[in-house]
Amino acid sequence: MNARVLNFLGLGLVGIVGVAFLILTPRLAELDTVLDLTVYMIMAILALSLALIWGYGGILCFGQSAFFGLGAYTYAIAMFNLGESTIPLLLAIALPAAFAALLGYFMFYGRISDVYLGVITLTVTLILFNSVNSTAGPEFHIGVARLGGFNGIPGIPPLNYPGNKAAVIDLEGMFYLSTAALLATYFGLRLLLASRFGRIIVGIRENERRAELLGYDPRAYKLATFTIGGALAGFAGCLFANWGNFVSPTIFGLAQSAQIIIWVIVGGRGTLIGPIVGCIGVQWLSAALGANQPSGSDWWARILANVPLILGIILVAFVLLVPKGLVPTLGEFGLWLVRSRARRVATGLKPKQAEKG
Amino acid sequence: MAAPLLETRNLSMRFGGVQPVRSVNFSLAEGELRCLIGPNGAGKSTFFKMLTGQLVPSEGQVLFRGQDISHAYAHQIARLGIGIKTQVPSVFDGLSVRENIWLAANRIHSRERAGNVVDEMLERLGLTGVAERLVGQLAHGQRQWVELGIVLSTDPELILLDEPAAGMTYDEVHKTAQLVREINRSKALIVVEHDMQFIRMIAKQVTVFNQGCVLVEDAVENILRNPLVRDIYLGKQAAA
Repeated sequence: MNARVLNFLGLGLVGIVGVAFLILTPRLAELDTVLDLTVYMIMAILALSLALIWGYGGILCFGQSAFFGLGAYTYAIAMFNLGESTIPLLLAIALPAAFAALLGYFMFYGRISDVYLGVITLTVTLILFNSVNSTAGPEFHIGVARLGGFNGIPGIPPLNYPGNKAAVIDLEGMFYLSTAALLATYFGLRLLLASRFGRIIVGIRENERRAELLGYDPRAYKLATFTIGGALAGFAGCLFANWGNFVSPTIFGLAQSAQIIIWVIVGGRGTLIGPIVGCIGVQWLSAALGANQPSGSDWWARILANVPLILGIILVAFVLLVPKGLVPTLGEFGLWLVRSRARRVATGLKPKQAEKG
Repeated sequence: MAAPLLETRNLSMRFGGVQPVRSVNFSLAEGELRCLIGPNGAGKSTFFKMLTGQLVPSEGQVLFRGQDISHAYAHQIARLGIGIKTQVPSVFDGLSVRENIWLAANRIHSRERAGNVVDEMLERLGLTGVAERLVGQLAHGQRQWVELGIVLSTDPELILLDEPAAGMTYDEVHKTAQLVREINRSKALIVVEHDMQFIRMIAKQVTVFNQGCVLVEDAVENILRNPLVRDIYLGKQAAA
């Protein structure tokens, strides 16, 4: 059994589980569960956007929420002005992508080093947070859409089937759309990473100078990766604005941007399935902890209800104890089990034969 | 006389008060194999970095086939046909040997062709057996070979080798010398090396660097006999 076969099996498994989840969930679960799962799917797309640029591109972006929020706001504003969702959806992808390209251009072509890149991206999202936060007055509007400042924009019209304003996508439809979008994103990224482009960006992550000395321009590849990541995050933002029909500046905030990083760290950099698992797991945990408001005054109940504290502990625990993240560590463990079993079997056979197989 | 493949004119590098390379005029003919020797800190590695665009010279010019590349980016120079094997092997440690070579071959070959080129290169360097191993897990000597494979796979006109035999066993040194001579049948090379035995195996013409300047340039036999060179370099080594 070689890596290629394993790879293929993994892909098939993800496909089957994904499609089964897509078809079965609305039939088996209550509507509010479906609603919760929808937002998990949307956030998982956001997690994938960082999985690409950090896990594979080696670009530590601390402000992925900037593109997520821009996507959400762009959709909301365009939707109030246009009323039909096709162009707002496209804008919600294109605008964050363009913003990522502009920001990326200055960072990569200015040869900003990794640490500063993290600082700059975090600063950008916090600037957006503060700017949008202070647009509460009626004078801040784009077309007919009021920005609403810290109150956010409520009552965002949902997506409709392309070209037909009246055919609005309902809650169940949003689940199908989000899950299908997540699957499409996952498989799309797998294709991208198997392509020449994908292999080169991984090479640049491994050794940028060497890639350069072979004749690749790392700046251009990083810029392209960053832009794709921005577009994906914007797309997720558009879906998110749809899901709650609401967007507020907290989408740009520190908690949101830190969370994306936590998902990827917990799930594992350098994999795609890891950040999806990390994202869903952490969100589920946050929801479960948040829902169990302590009735008594037990000290442990109060600690458990403090979600940011628990998330912080999880982050520290993973960085210290499982630095590679859940999925790569489990993968290594699985491989070790298989190998040690194979060795035990092999010692019973002729050793030469086992080597070749 | 034909135009040189590579030429530097008054090439200098200054870092604050330190000047590791001072006004070097160097010329390499098409298809030539040149050895560069000199004590530590003589400016050899800095010289290489300027040739490959990793450092922008403070003064002077680098001409490759008559084209001024002093201010070109490293990736542009690589595309013009200068490849470098660095002193500390610079490879993609987290990737397999095959993927390492592929990343190089991919730059100049089509998708179909690259696969074949990779297989040939693995065979040629005797790395086929470890093709699927991660380069970071290989022994030092093998990592040197991987880097050599990477450099050769981009098919450069001129290859710079910074201490290719460093840390190798005697057998590996022999094998490397053989390979260098073989590469020289079709390509020009500049080799920085400390190992005099290795230099005897490969060199005809030797340039000696000392304190950032070219001290002397001569055939290898004369260099070995030159008392000045013995003093600054060989003498020191013998004494050490």
